[in-house]
Amino acid sequence: MKNQTEYSLIIEAGRTEKNYWKDLWRYRELFYFLAWRDILVRYKQTAVGIAWALIRPVLTMIVFTIVFGKLAKLPSGNAPYPIFVFAALLPWQFFANAFSESSNSLIGHANMISKIYFPRLVVPTSAVIVSFVDFLISGAILAALMLLYGFAPSVRILTLPLFILMAFGAAMGAGLWIAALNVKYRDFRYVVPFIVQFGLYISPVGFSSSIVPERWRLVYSLNPLVGVIDGFRWAILSDNTPFYWKGFALSGVIVALLIYTGIFYFRSTEKTFADVI
Amino acid sequence: MSTVIKVESVSKKYVISHQTARRYVALRDVITNGAQNIGRRLLHPFTKHPNADTREEFWALSDVSFEINQGDRVGIIGRNGAGKSTLLKILSRITEPTKGRIGIRGRVASLLEVGTGFHPELTGRENVYLNGAIMGMAKSEIKKKFDEIVAFSEVEKFLDTPVKRYSSGMYVRLAFAVAAHLDPEILVVDEVLAVGDAQFQKKCLGKMEDVSTKEGRTLLFVSHNMATITSLCNKCLLLDAGQLVKQGRTTDIVLMYYSQGNASPASFDSAVMGKLIGDQHASLLSGAIIDKNSRPCSEVDIREPIKITMKFKIHKPGNYNYIPNYHIFSSDGAYAFVSSPQAIDIMHPGIYETECMIPDNFLNEGTYFVGLALSSFESGVKVHFFERNALSFNVKDPIENVPTRREYTGPMPGVVRPLLDWTIRRVS
Repeated sequence: MKNQTEYSLIIEAGRTEKNYWKDLWRYRELFYFLAWRDILVRYKQTAVGIAWALIRPVLTMIVFTIVFGKLAKLPSGNAPYPIFVFAALLPWQFFANAFSESSNSLIGHANMISKIYFPRLVVPTSAVIVSFVDFLISGAILAALMLLYGFAPSVRILTLPLFILMAFGAAMGAGLWIAALNVKYRDFRYVVPFIVQFGLYISPVGFSSSIVPERWRLVYSLNPLVGVIDGFRWAILSDNTPFYWKGFALSGVIVALLIYTGIFYFRSTEKTFADVI
Repeated sequence: MSTVIKVESVSKKYVISHQTARRYVALRDVITNGAQNIGRRLLHPFTKHPNADTREEFWALSDVSFEINQGDRVGIIGRNGAGKSTLLKILSRITEPTKGRIGIRGRVASLLEVGTGFHPELTGRENVYLNGAIMGMAKSEIKKKFDEIVAFSEVEKFLDTPVKRYSSGMYVRLAFAVAAHLDPEILVVDEVLAVGDAQFQKKCLGKMEDVSTKEGRTLLFVSHNMATITSLCNKCLLLDAGQLVKQGRTTDIVLMYYSQGNASPASFDSAVMGKLIGDQHASLLSGAIIDKNSRPCSEVDIREPIKITMKFKIHKPGNYNYIPNYHIFSSDGAYAFVSSPQAIDIMHPGIYETECMIPDNFLNEGTYFVGLALSSFESGVKVHFFERNALSFNVKDPIENVPTRREYTGPMPGVVRPLLDWTIRRVS
């Protein structure tokens, strides 16, 4: 009688796989390949190609500068309004793209999911990675903008990776939730654009979060993007306005909660994806 | 030999909702149904849960157990909806079983559909890398095998063309080439070779056989083409309505599949089967394949004759010339021949038996299916009954001491392999 432990793989109902993360590690190159495919495919058969990655954020920045800076005359501290806007637009666009792409990623790969085994977590994650590449391109625009205005950052810029990580976490956590829900309830396909559109106005992208009344600021920070955007502005603009730590901490907790529950929900439903997608 | 796959009473349940034709659930329906249910509960608190009858459980697989040894080439056959694809999906970890457990030793690669994950906008070269990665190959591994894959696929010339411009044959060739070079310990293949030309199909089957016999890898193969199954697989599983009907040697299982649960493919009795075959003039009673000792046999040595017998009843007197006839098909469903008696008297009502001998050294090695029929001529052909695949038998070639072979031991093609009269004359 052979021992069961000899089998390298046991398939059983409700078995939480012990080697889930090891398996994910084995498929690590798939993250790269899926992201590489999406980037490669995105600008095929377009006339200006990769320039689209530059045009979109620049146009949004111009519109915001005119509407909020010139027309509404909102304060921007010591930084020029375009840089002020762009410092917030950078994480916001990253979040918005990553969130909507990863939310739709599973149903976009329905055929693959029902025909091939691979760790399902790869799909929404590589969608976030693709958006991260766009983020890096936009980052280059910001650098160019700062050069243009002769605006030098302080040492605070070194803390930027922390805030990038936070934006990544927020997009990933929310994306995993919606991606998994989307498999069963296609309603979320329509919810996502709404969240993204709405979120732009309730996040301090076109204006500073300091214009929010003091007694509402903590409630305002329940939006995890508030902490992320404040952090980005703090690190890039080096302005003198005091950093609102309480709000930032709350946003951080929300992001951590999102990503933790997101992974948990995703893992608990991923076994049924192939059956219901 | 060691067991590489052990399946223990695996079942898979799907819940079919009769309420909506849609495959996915809309949140709206969940909410409105929930609200309706609460309302109904309040109004009729003692009736049963109203949702119970709108959903039906469907067991795609129920209590399936088997073991597969290393190096086996296992065919999985069964009618549509028998659970073949579900079984493959569970084995390749795409979906989870509802009950039971499976132990697997070694890496599993599955090819359930050709070209899944191929992106039409990408070139052939890019897709090889992408598809390899999706199937779990490392980049270095793909690089190493790239030339081999391309050579196998025969699409060298179009490697830098987007695959959306490929013909479906080229598409399949490239996709199969990637999967065939995965080097898994266990290869799971669903019916994917239906596309592509015959020559490439042969190449793929050859590759699969090679991988199994030379490298000791295990193969699980689903197909509706019995010719492919009999030539590729050494073992077979027959599934029906989610249950494992039988497993064993390929020829036995294929015969069983054709005879559709008939206990022995070598004989059949319409009374036992509870089936009425025929019209108002005549009906088929029974049939059998018998050996020289008049015993039913489903397997015969190529050097021995067999007899096909049929019993039928004539109901009505008439001046019809009833003509019994046998239709012999090879395992791929092609006609081998049709035969009928040379002289027939007018048959009066009663039970008749016909017997026809198939001589030794006549049919080639392989599996054959027999159709039993009775027809008559009166202003055209009238078929009174025709039971296709009523009987089946397997012709075995022991290879040694076979007069049609002499010293040759390789495969002998063709449906027939008769011993014919030859003359050899020296002319100069």
